This record gives sequence, structure tokens and C-alpha cells, in this order.
Amino acid sequence: MIGIGKTAFGAFPDRDIRSLAVEAIGNALADANVPPELIEAFYLGNFAGPSFVGQNHLAPYIGIAAGLRPGIPCTRIENACASSGSAFFHAWQSVAAGIYDAALVGGVEKMTSQPTPKVTEILAGAGDMSGEGAAGATFPALFAMIARRHMYQYGTTREHLAAVAVKNHANGAKNPLAHMRKVVTFEQVLAGKSIAEPLTLYDCSLVSDGAAALVLVPLDRAPEFTGRFVQVLGIAQTSDSVPLDQKEDITTFRAVRTAGEKAYAMAGLGPRDIEVAELHDCFTIAEIVASEDLDFVAKGDGGPFAAAGCTAIHGKIPINASGGLKSKGHPVGATGAGQICDVVMQLRGDAGERQVTRHRTGLAQNLGGSGATCVVTILGVR
Amino acid sequence: MRDPGDGVVYTETIVWAAPPAYAADAPYQLAIIDLDAGGRLTARVIESKVHIGDRVRFFEYRNGVAYFRKS
Repeated sequence: MIGIGKTAFGAFPDRDIRSLAVEAIGNALADANVPPELIEAFYLGNFAGPSFVGQNHLAPYIGIAAGLRPGIPCTRIENACASSGSAFFHAWQSVAAGIYDAALVGGVEKMTSQPTPKVTEILAGAGDMSGEGAAGATFPALFAMIARRHMYQYGTTREHLAAVAVKNHANGAKNPLAHMRKVVTFEQVLAGKSIAEPLTLYDCSLVSDGAAALVLVPLDRAPEFTGRFVQVLGIAQTSDSVPLDQKEDITTFRAVRTAGEKAYAMAGLGPRDIEVAELHDCFTIAEIVASEDLDFVAKGDGGPFAAAGCTAIHGKIPINASGGLKSKGHPVGATGAGQICDVVMQLRGDAGERQVTRHRTGLAQNLGGSGATCVVTILGVR
Repeated sequence: MRDPGDGVVYTETIVWAAPPAYAADAPYQLAIIDLDAGGRLTARVIESKVHIGDRVRFFEYRNGVAYFRKS
């Protein structure tokens, strides 16, 4: 990976989906010191451009506007909230297989032009609309049911969930590109408006606009462009059944566990080797479950682990030093690519006030739906 | 539609922020039911609130959605 680029995440009523994506791509190409004509393939992650803003055919729409060479393949990939993690996986595959010498990954979503109830309805389409969706399950409701079961099986408490929100807001307050740069207190989280019990407003990630992009080249060619390249050490994309009620144990995501195992094996590393991680905290409970599924902590202990400060910026394993989806924002299609950009910033030592102490090896975990897609990427610097 | 029979609450939530189609129902209780006949079903629970482990009885289908109540 030789270049990264992001827009700020937030609510930008004056920006359209194309201009956000083009800005992120321009930043990534400039960072990589690569002219757009050199890109041989473009993979764009986007969840619901057609529903949010009425625009289809997004990959060439954005790619050509960003100055990419007409004639190259431009492809949109949709895997719910794991869309741009999946786009990254496919770009990596094509470069690693020797098909392309330079591939561009983008991710974008423009969500805030719709009112929140409509956003909730569009997001619900990442679940099973003939089953859980028809019964009235929103995404907060699905993760609320996961939280309830995790509480029942492992004794996780409302306070444990709040600890994740407080930590991620504290981190996001230090991130100039974050949507909500605001510290919140335990009391605020606990007294928050109920969305789906036991989750309050502060347990839910934000509805945001934003884009992110990355440039990938074969490892042996990276030094031609920059001395600050970051290597993909391990990566896996996995899937599982979409409906939550088809998963045997909803306190664990099989797709995450499997993606983690595969990525660790490919990297020849284990969870103790990871020094900084961006985990998919679409809801506070999701970060707790992911920290367990990736073996940072034993199953069931993720709540107390977070509450003890072990996942803070200078904790045992810093999780979501960027502020996470919770505070940085969650423009769904941009999230996976954005997480990888955030890990790259940490590995390069460019994370400013959010910089973690040790930063040679990092991990990004991008989740789609209630665990039907997962992409785990392990990155390192020499 | 087939009667799914009785079951036990595997997990539940009360939804306050509903999509437009269900806004009039909110707050409503949603649960995943472990059916006695095998398998799981995402359903609505009406009348009294239920918790994990409570036994529930199928009541009726409304627009293709199963409604249960505490037994």
C-alpha cells in the first residue's frame, strides 16, 4: 500500500457522492505519488448509493471523474457495511496474483440527505427483508438482541457497553477528520435515548457522509514510489448466513472468527502480535464481540476488558484509536477502506494525538450486516 | 401459513426507533424464538414483556409476521 486518502466524515449537505469520492481518490493518488493514468483497475465499495442518492453505475461515474484512464475495469462492490473492505480484498487479490501493477480502492457513502427513519429502513436491507426485516428488526434491534444474549451468557453489563462509547468518543475528539469530535460521559451514555433496548443513542454509530481511498502495488515495486509503504501481511474475506436467527450462537460471529484465523495464519502472526486495531464498532456490543472473536481477549471477557481500559490508546491493545465508527462516523460504504487508512496512519506514525506507542503491526476488521460478511486485514511495516 | 407452535425466548429487544413502515407500532418487542419443533424464528411479542428463557405461545400471523405471547 503506497498511498491513502480520506475526506472528513460528517454531514455535508453541499457535497455530492461523486465529489466526496473524487476528493479521497485525489488525496490517495497524491499521497502515493502516482498519476491517475497509472491505475490499472478500480474497485469501489458502496452499500446503497442507489437508495440514498438515486445514483447507480457508481464505479465508472466516480473513476473517470477522478481522472482514471478510460478503458480500465471500474467495478462497484456491495457487501453491506463491509463493501469497501471487500473492495480492498478484491483489489489486493488482483495485484497479488500479478494481474495489475497498480490498483485503486475506493469507498464512499452519502447518507445524510435522507431523514433518519429512511436511513434506518435502507440499512435494514442489509438483513433478511423477508424474515427479520419484515418483523420490524432494524440494525440497532439486531445488535440489541446480540447484546441481550451476550449479557445473559457472559454477564456483560450496560456499563461495559458504555465504556466502549466513552473511549471511542474520547479518541474521536482527537481526530480532525472525525464526524463527532465530542467527549461523552458514562452518565450521558446511560441516560441516552433508548433506540432498541438495551442500546441507547450513544451505543450506535453515526449516520455520515464520507469517502476513503487506497493505492496498491506489488510489494517489490512499492519502493519505486515511496519509502513509507505498508505491507499487507494477511487478509481474508468470509461470509455466513444473513439472517441473525440462522446463526447458532449470536454472541460470536463465525465470519469474524474464520477471517481472523485465516488472516493470522497467512501473516504468521497471532493476536498478541497486533499492536493497534480498528474494529467494526457499528454498535458498542460489536466492538466487544469482535475483540473476543479475534482472540484479543477470551470469549465473554470483552466487556470487562474494555471497561478496565485495556483497549484505550495506551492500553494493552489499542482498539479504535481513530474514534471508531462510533465517533469518527460510519459512511457505510467508506468504512472498510477508512479503517485501513487509519491503521496505515498509525503504522507510519502519522496519527498525531491518537498515535499509539508501538506501531509495527496493525489489524482492521470490517463487518457486513449482522455478521454475514467479514474482512480482516493485517498490515505491517518493515 | 403453518403454525410454528410454542417456544422459548432466545433473545429479545424493545424497539423504540422504528423504520417508517412500523413507526405506529413503536415501541414494540421483537424476539428470536427457539421453537419446540426445532429451528428459530424472529417474531413480535405482544401483551406482556418477555425475557430470555420465558416460554411463549404462537398467537397469529399478521402480514406474514408471527406474533407470540407469553404462555
